[in-house]
Amino acid sequence: MTQDTSVQPVVEMRDITVAFPGVLALDSVDFTLRPGEVHSLMGENGAGKSTLIKALTGVYEVAAGTISVSGAQRSFHSTADAQAVGISTVYQEVNLCNNLTVGENVMLGHEPRMAGCIDWSAAHAAAAEHLRGLGLHIDTRSMLSSHSIAIQQLVAISRAMVLDAKVLILDEPTSSLDRGEVEALFEVVRSLRNKGVAILFVSHFLDQVYEIADRITVLRNGKLVGEYAVADLPRDQLVTKMIGRALDELASISDAAERDIDRAGNPVLKASGIGKRGFIEPADLDVYQGEVLGLAGLLGSGRTELVRLLYGADRPDAGSLEIAGEQVKITSPRHAIDHHIAFSSEDRREEGIIGDLTVAENIVLGIQARKGWLHRIRKPEKDAIVADYIAALDVRPANPNALARNLSGGNQQKLLLARWLATAPRLLILDEPTRGIDVGAKADIQRKVAELSEAGLSVIFISSELEEVLRIAQRVVVLRDRKRIGELDSSDVDLDQLVGYIANEGKENAA
Amino acid sequence: MRNLVKHRLFWPTTALLALIAINAIARHSFIKITLRDGELYGALIDILRNSAPLMLVALGMTIVIATRGIDLSVGAVMAVSGAVALQIIAGSDEPDNLGVVAVAVAAALAVSLVLGAWNGLLVAVLGIQPIIATLVLMLAGRGVALLITDGFITTVNSEPYEFIATGYLIFLPFAFLLAMAIVGVVAFVERRSALGVLTEAVGINPEASRLAGVRSRGIIWGAYMVSGLLAGVAGIIYSANIKAADANAAGQLIELYAILAVVLGGNSLMGGKFSIAGTVIGVLFIQTLDSTILFLGVPSAQSPVFFALVVVIVVLIQSPRVHRWARNLSPSSRSRDAGTPRDVEVAA
Repeated sequence: MTQDTSVQPVVEMRDITVAFPGVLALDSVDFTLRPGEVHSLMGENGAGKSTLIKALTGVYEVAAGTISVSGAQRSFHSTADAQAVGISTVYQEVNLCNNLTVGENVMLGHEPRMAGCIDWSAAHAAAAEHLRGLGLHIDTRSMLSSHSIAIQQLVAISRAMVLDAKVLILDEPTSSLDRGEVEALFEVVRSLRNKGVAILFVSHFLDQVYEIADRITVLRNGKLVGEYAVADLPRDQLVTKMIGRALDELASISDAAERDIDRAGNPVLKASGIGKRGFIEPADLDVYQGEVLGLAGLLGSGRTELVRLLYGADRPDAGSLEIAGEQVKITSPRHAIDHHIAFSSEDRREEGIIGDLTVAENIVLGIQARKGWLHRIRKPEKDAIVADYIAALDVRPANPNALARNLSGGNQQKLLLARWLATAPRLLILDEPTRGIDVGAKADIQRKVAELSEAGLSVIFISSELEEVLRIAQRVVVLRDRKRIGELDSSDVDLDQLVGYIANEGKENAA
Repeated sequence: MRNLVKHRLFWPTTALLALIAINAIARHSFIKITLRDGELYGALIDILRNSAPLMLVALGMTIVIATRGIDLSVGAVMAVSGAVALQIIAGSDEPDNLGVVAVAVAAALAVSLVLGAWNGLLVAVLGIQPIIATLVLMLAGRGVALLITDGFITTVNSEPYEFIATGYLIFLPFAFLLAMAIVGVVAFVERRSALGVLTEAVGINPEASRLAGVRSRGIIWGAYMVSGLLAGVAGIIYSANIKAADANAAGQLIELYAILAVVLGGNSLMGGKFSIAGTVIGVLFIQTLDSTILFLGVPSAQSPVFFALVVVIVVLIQSPRVHRWARNLSPSSRSRDAGTPRDVEVAA
């Protein structure tokens, strides 16, 4: 431990309760942040991490409890209130102005003035100095949008330094950074810590938490589990505390995936040369009953593009589709649904949930859409369906009347899974169903997929996590640069081989 | 109590009741209703009758706005509808014949439906922004109406037609009963079928709804058709009231009053969740305010300013930001700053 607990905390949150209609997001949680420490907030999706941060930064008002900053009690009604007492946040999606220069962004609202006018050269000089303090040597007059996300994040941190932040909150700062960029960021974090800044670091990556954090606070289901020094909390214990149960379930999922698929008859879906110019090159694909077909490839390799063509979300300009041996044309999602194909998009928020509708309304939306507006699902039937799926998928909170947008990412994903399963599909296409969600929900979703496929459902499973693809798929189709480059039997390859295949195979083919 | 205040219709209703109370205090005759020959009369009854056209237009507007759209053409559709109906009646030998009037009304409604379908085509199929798509008809519609009436203001004397605007049925003005019946039917269809929730889904997140299999194109198209049809009914009531088809005056600025009614009723212009009851309250508020101006004798030159002032006040009262601000000013919130949890306040 690098700091001692007797130091006066810079932030003390006591008995914090935050409630949304139908959801108790935080239930009298305590949280303490001391100067000169990197404190990691850990928990599953829906545990209340984001809510706690939003309570601390003034986005949400607390229903009960107290927040003290440097010993003085505060109540925040807006983010400006929180900033005024030195709490700054750098979000996952950088919240700066893309259309301003780096210097303008750093100094926004604090520009040095001369005779009432902004002294731009002084402003840029000051900005450059702040950036140099973080080891960043870039032209302050360049547009922010011309820089990578990693640089933009550092710019956002310098902005926090201009505001003289005593507390710096980093919310998933590393999710879009590569290894080198993460190192650079951590370098900056360490130097700020040594200057006495208190840093709240939130990340899904356990490795990074163990690399940078001094202390960990664990939340579960909106309640405090405890505060621990990193050295006293081995990883397996942390995971157990986060999800409230041990994690040997993944092994059984992997066993379930290792079974033979009967590929004698007609495939459930067979695509021949399906493609769209400038979108994805013509590709073949087939999936049999009860099979999980993985799609692997890097981001932008054409995985999403390919399945969108199968679902009719975009229209192909080449190739043909067969469903159970019959030639069909799918030109809209409605057609696909009529053929019992379901597709859960990778973009939960924009293309998945209807945020202002309730959990129940979201779950039955798929069936309702298929039945048409004239045949409303009657309440008893709706209640039964909703209760079944909330229980089967362990949606939390288990409140059918909560608004979907108040749920965490993992639970929103379960909601979408429920919506599609309720339509009794033959083929379920899942695009990144586990992205950005915690271990527990991930295991739930993987287990459900394995279970359903064993019962005869065909699944096309897309994930950036190759381990996950190998674990639950029987076959893996590999894509690169918007082109199908091959197919592997997942029992024949291990992770390294798959990575090697993605990296090299296409090149040989092209040569 | 807290739940009552939080209800989305609380502030609109309060504003309406307050306005009626102010009128009643200013002049007691405002709330006086008399029964004569089986027909009710009084300022309040006039408000109900005069609200019919705006009620219908605002009802259509509510549904269009719920799909994230807007329909600026409603006033022009009213003009066209009135022109078609009156032209048919004026051209017939027996303007008092019920059959003639029925044909005229049916033709006017059919034309309105077609105009609504045109708007829907532009928005739902061709993907033109609603404000631009309906602006086309807003500008062109009155020209079409003038074309139908040959540039004149067609006038008629047709008792069955006039009945639509000035007649009475079971003590109440027929126009009001007609408007309320249509509101009832639309509300029933929206909430008893799945149309309401699917419309909201499309309005909240069009892409997610499409991927969920909702036929969003049909729903949006339908909303504009309903709006056109309802504007057509409003046009008939308007022209029956003045016994003339005035292509320029019919439904003048009604699109803006309809949007105002929707917003005063607590609905969001961003689309999604909508409340037909809210719109009804919004319409009654506007109509009552209109009468208030007459009743209080506000000089006509100043009446738009007075109208605008009241509307601004009501909109501010409904604003969540103002609520928060008011809460922060109140002494109870200061005690919270001093560390009293809110639960204690509630109990106290």
